Amino acid sequence: MARIIVVTSGKGGVGKTTTSAALSTGLALQGHRTVVIDFDIGLRNLDLVMGCERRVVYDFINIINGEAALHQALIKDKHTDNLFVLPASQTRDKDALTPEGVAQVLETLSKEFDYIVCDSPAGIERGALMALYHADEAIITTNPEVSSVRDSDRILGILHSKSRRAELNLEPVREHLLLTRYDPTRVERGDMLSVEDVTDILAIPLLGVIPEDDTVLKASNQGMPVIHLEDSDAGNAYDDAVQRFLGQECPMRFLEAPRKGLLQRIFGGQG
Amino acid sequence: MSILEVFRHKQKKTNSAAIARERLQIIVAHERNGEHTTPDYLPSMKQDILEVVRKYVDVQQEHVSITFESQQDVSILELNVTLPETNSVAS
Repeated sequence: MARIIVVTSGKGGVGKTTTSAALSTGLALQGHRTVVIDFDIGLRNLDLVMGCERRVVYDFINIINGEAALHQALIKDKHTDNLFVLPASQTRDKDALTPEGVAQVLETLSKEFDYIVCDSPAGIERGALMALYHADEAIITTNPEVSSVRDSDRILGILHSKSRRAELNLEPVREHLLLTRYDPTRVERGDMLSVEDVTDILAIPLLGVIPEDDTVLKASNQGMPVIHLEDSDAGNAYDDAVQRFLGQECPMRFLEAPRKGLLQRIFGGQG
Repeated sequence: MSILEVFRHKQKKTNSAAIARERLQIIVAHERNGEHTTPDYLPSMKQDILEVVRKYVDVQQEHVSITFESQQDVSILELNVTLPETNSVAS
């Protein structure tokens, strides 16, 4: 039986797809058979971030409607063994995502994979509810910013009331906070919520902190999950988060602003 | 950072993050209490109550507060009217 992980946030643009791509790649690199599913019906983007957009033939909705077999729609990742992508439909709307259909696809995948990563769309509508319904674990992707933190809190409320585990009174979904786009320099200046601020408010265990980093854009430009880039702080931070997810102790990095030298302070420059 | 900012740097500590934290703590606590699941009729009921109160006392919208709280098996509707200091009874 696979563990089902939802990557969710409520708010859009906080890094759910980047995280789904990095997390699923990280799990596969550790030797776990992993599939990542795009639940953003109508606005698929996971394929682009994973770099497999030109190999999409069938999608999630085709499977639900019985128009293709599951193995026809699964795209084998070209960078990583053990990793498959199930793209969202670009043409249908989210109503095509039926609870029975989703349940059946997940059940079939469960037999073949160790981890199923569900990349949730933004919002709290059907697509997002479907993505989190079956979750065993939830990665709450949050930016250190007021609207994102508030929306994450709403999503936690929904996990507590509308997930399958909540409805059936099972052991609750395991929640993990992933703080993304963190800028220690701005935190030290007092212009950005700190890790402690966000963990205090949301009161869930911290899985990782991903620093704001140019390499995230460079990675998505190339259709390469950022975790593959070796000299990327964000990539390394995702690596650590995957290790922690798998139960390894791993100290937090990138929480402090890089110290500037005197010359850099005087003449300015990057960083 | 330019040469001037090196000297200005020390004084330049704004603390908008503290404001963000405080606002979030309040709104999140508020919303967790189920405030966002108040019944739909609440705003129009509030309006009606205000009209009734106004028949007797001159009060403004902001002097009437209605809160709705749900606990396990009871819901409590709390009505709070702040009366003006002078006994100005509307005729």
